[in-house]
This record gives sequence, structure tokens and C-alpha cells, in this order.
Amino acid sequence: MSSSPLLRKAQSDVSRQGAGVGALTQESRPSPYQPAYLRSWIYVFGLATAAALAVVVVSGVILSLKGPEWWQDAQLGHFFNSIHLWSVELAFFFMVIHLWGKYWMAAWRGGRARVWMTGAIALLVAIPAAFTGYLSQQSFDAQWVSLHAKDALNSIGVGAFFNATNFGQMYNYHVLLLPVALTTIAVAHIALVRRHGAVPPFERSVRVQQLPDGDAVSVGARDEG
Amino acid sequence: MTITSPFDQLPAGAIVNLDHPAHMVHWHFFQMSVANVVVVVAMLLVFALAIALPFPKPARRRKEAS
Repeated sequence: MSSSPLLRKAQSDVSRQGAGVGALTQESRPSPYQPAYLRSWIYVFGLATAAALAVVVVSGVILSLKGPEWWQDAQLGHFFNSIHLWSVELAFFFMVIHLWGKYWMAAWRGGRARVWMTGAIALLVAIPAAFTGYLSQQSFDAQWVSLHAKDALNSIGVGAFFNATNFGQMYNYHVLLLPVALTTIAVAHIALVRRHGAVPPFERSVRVQQLPDGDAVSVGARDEG
Repeated sequence: MTITSPFDQLPAGAIVNLDHPAHMVHWHFFQMSVANVVVVVAMLLVFALAIALPFPKPARRRKEAS
């Protein structure tokens, strides 16, 4: 079915399993050319998420250097506060569409289980990273969110070591622990995508038309790639 | 006498007035703020467009075709 050399290259990359991210050697490095099936908008949302996350990190570093008075009162502080907020909004927006696309492509196919799992873990880590950001605003909004969240967290038994009303603890989670974890997982996720290649779409199915006498003929069969 | 606060001098934080409780969509068990409904609908729309819209071809190929 596959005639494209690029698709064959992608499939041979996929068939090489068992090696981790560390096995990204000169020989196994993916081709700089992209398979034809990547020419679809649905494949851009992973990169869009990564780009938004990069803006999140850069704007967050600037905010942490200047402090709450700056992002609450100064005009430039407001600007970077908004950049930080809206890049997070876009990151989640793109991440969810990326998740939908990969779910319906069954992106764990072809030895990509670790790609799928690191992506899922990245989403699970991104949620508390954003949540602790709401708690780190040093505003009435942060107090409102934390006082509601503490009841939910206490109800599941984690309030003793994850106290939403403890600003220092939440701020530390937000600017250090969770960003380091999220960045590490995201880098591993991207490296694994580079190692295994982006998942190809499902093979174009051969449409089978049933004839009245019981014989089946295939129509509209097309080559993938 | 009008009492002003330092916050009155700040630029508008949003293009619409957000100084009110959120508008909610409530239908049986389903309850969600209008803002979140808008975001979910926008994500579904972008997802559908990403599948439906053709991806632009590289400039080199367009030149070859013409």
C-alpha cells in the first residue's frame, strides 16, 4: 500500500522500538523531510501548544522577577500579566484540540505508547500548574479561588500537604516544582515524537461494495501517502 | 463629591464589563458559565475546521503547478 519513500522512512522509524530518548543518535535521527500526511491543520496543534507554553514560561519568569506589586499596579506589569494569562488560555485551547486529534487518530499506534502517556501526563501536570497560578495572583480573586479549592482538596484528603490557602507553598509549586515537571515531560514528549515520528492517519480503507450475487468488489481503494 | 480610587486610573482590563457575576447556562443537570461554553464551542469549531480545511501547499509546488 505504501509507495512514498518518506512514508516508508516513517514506518521504519516506527518499527524500531525498545530504545529510549537517549537512543536519538546520528543514525536514528529522523529525516529532516516530513511525510506527506503531515500536510494537515490537525498536525499543527502540538507545536502551537509548545509555542504557547514557551510564552508562558518567558512571561512567567518576567513576572516572578518583578513581583506582585508590579503585575498588580504597573501598566507594563498588567501587560505581562495579560500575556501570561492569555498564553495559558491558548496553551490549554491548543492542547485540548491536540488531545482530540490524537485520540481519534489512536496516536498510541506503532509503538507510540510512551508518546501518548507523556502527553497525558503533561496535561495532568498542566492543570495544577495553571490552578496554582490562579492562587498566586495576590488578589481577591486568588483568595476566592483558594477558599473554595481548600474544601475540595480537603474532601479528597490532600489538604494537609497541599494547602490552597498557603500562598508560599502554592507560589513555590507554581514557579518551580510544576513548571520544572511540565517542561521536563514536554521535552520528553517532543523528543519521543521526534524519535517515533508523528502518527500517520489510519490507512485509507478499501471501500467494499457488496454486489447482489454475494461477490464483493473493492472500489475507491487509494494508496496511502 | 466623587470618591475615586487609584484603580480608576488604570486602563480597562477587558473590552466588556466583567464586574458582575458570571452568566450561566443551566439546563437540567448541565450548568456552565457562558464564557466556558463559548470556549468549548470555539474549540469544537477550530477542531472541525482543522480537519475540513485544506493545508496550503509549499510555494515550490505551487510554482511548479503554474
